[in-house]
Amino acid sequence: MLSLRFAIPTANTLTPPKIKPKPGLVVQTAWNQTDLFPSLPKRNDNKLQAATTDLSVAGDIPAEEVVELPAELSRELMPKHVAVIMDGNGRWARQRGLATSAGHEAGVKALRELVELCCQWGIQVLTVFAFSYENWIRPKVEVDFLMSLFERALKSEVESFSRGGIRISVIGDSTKLPTSLQKLINEVEETTKHNSRLQLIVAVSYSGKYDVVQACRSIAEKAKDGQIQLDDINESLIEQELETNCTEHPYPDLLIRTSGELRVSNFLLWQLAYTELFFAQELWPDFRKDEFVDALSSYQQRQRRYGGRH
Amino acid sequence: MEKEVMSSLKMAGNILCSASSFIRKCIFGVLRVGPIPNHIAFIMDGNRRYAKKQKLSHDGAAGGGGRYDAGFWALMVMLLYCQELGVKYITAYAFSIDNFKRKPEEVESLMTSMLEKFHLLDILVKLLAVRVHYAGNLELLSNELRASAMELTEATAAYSKSVLTICIAYTSRDEILHAVRESCEQKRIDLEFGNDDDDEIKLMKVEKNMYMAVAPDPDIIIRTGGENRLSNFLLWQSCWSHLHSMWVLWPEIGVWNLVFAILNFQRNKTYCLDMKKKEKEL
Repeated sequence: MLSLRFAIPTANTLTPPKIKPKPGLVVQTAWNQTDLFPSLPKRNDNKLQAATTDLSVAGDIPAEEVVELPAELSRELMPKHVAVIMDGNGRWARQRGLATSAGHEAGVKALRELVELCCQWGIQVLTVFAFSYENWIRPKVEVDFLMSLFERALKSEVESFSRGGIRISVIGDSTKLPTSLQKLINEVEETTKHNSRLQLIVAVSYSGKYDVVQACRSIAEKAKDGQIQLDDINESLIEQELETNCTEHPYPDLLIRTSGELRVSNFLLWQLAYTELFFAQELWPDFRKDEFVDALSSYQQRQRRYGGRH
Repeated sequence: MEKEVMSSLKMAGNILCSASSFIRKCIFGVLRVGPIPNHIAFIMDGNRRYAKKQKLSHDGAAGGGGRYDAGFWALMVMLLYCQELGVKYITAYAFSIDNFKRKPEEVESLMTSMLEKFHLLDILVKLLAVRVHYAGNLELLSNELRASAMELTEATAAYSKSVLTICIAYTSRDEILHAVRESCEQKRIDLEFGNDDDDEIKLMKVEKNMYMAVAPDPDIIIRTGGENRLSNFLLWQSCWSHLHSMWVLWPEIGVWNLVFAILNFQRNKTYCLDMKKKEKEL
């Protein structure tokens, strides 16, 4: 307890105990802690300019094929459902002296790459936090840009996703979205609803608390109409009424948040009960294959006990 | 000669304790320059691993809650430090509904240990003027344990210096389920008596029915033991909380761990406060 060191580092300097791996015992890792003064990212992008309106990176999503996983990963331990909080677009743009819009466009490219990797590595559901309910208070210019970016991205990717076997679902309060975007979302969901290789759930105008409240309202209506009794209300019923009822695997196995922030920011609250959390230091546009491998590798080393004993 | 040595050792010990206490007070004084969290929640993970390390009594032995004694005292120490710092609300995840899945003898041993600790807690919280609240589905507990919990809650209701919430027979989903049921029941009653002034159930009504409605949302959630998940703890209340995981096992947690967690929180506080305000505006 008594120490003569007065310069207190802000990072958690307590080192993990060294565990000698035994057969069958997995090594656990802790959350990464943010540094006080994070350094600029190591990537050196030569093309420091605003992206064009063409959002496609390298053609279609490849058709189903057997892809070799990186050495660190095991196919058997791959999570079924990965959720991502795509944080850091604005900071990424500011670090490069670009407009915020450039950060968001770079973010779309990073998302496209992640979708491809998920398809190749057998992940069944990918949920991304694109726009939160609280983001509506951002400057109108930025919000309008984001809405138009969503429209452009959906229009440009729908065919590619269809061919790649990707099903798109959008969750969140769609009543606040522009009418044209609402219509486009309905069309895209309808067009891709039979695809089964990967389900991409995009959370737009979404709030975890409001998801539970709308489930509650829906249940109250059913109780009022006599369809259910109060005693029938259980966890399973709430799960069925949440917006993530669009998928067979509504509970993420792994949540990744980029940019080093250590919070869930009102995303999928009910669904995150047993989700493994991984906080990446990189800003979202810099979160690429290597960083995704790190996150998956960390997940695969964890022991999930669900309150019981192993 | 021996007496002199003992006396010298005792004096040295007192000096060290005083110096340590002085340094701690200085550090806390520095921390108080920045924002101090109003509410810290602890996921007390690592008791079993600690017991294995220390070769403490097995769960199956008579009075075998020995492995959780160190965890109890760690909580008391954290409570003291938090009081000294000015953290008003402390919440601890003592026993999850999921923990009932463990072996029956382990669960029984845990319940016995908890009952013993409640009696001890009764004395300590009255000395420290701490209000105690139990959050969880208390109907799942034995009559004796539930009665002891209710008694302590009533006995400390008048205290206001700090509030200690012990989550027992608790999971966040069960809490939300309970709140949803209560909200639907209240809606039904309002409709029946024509008091329904609102078409829809609002977020605030659901929140009022949470077990954790006695405390504001936690500013920091600290998890010991190195795991990186919430384990069905305060899912609703944690949406803007700063999440801090540490490798140290729960019984080994010390003042420096708390200091690091608060320093990290202070770097992010402005953002969290802003978002909480904005959530209310929407």
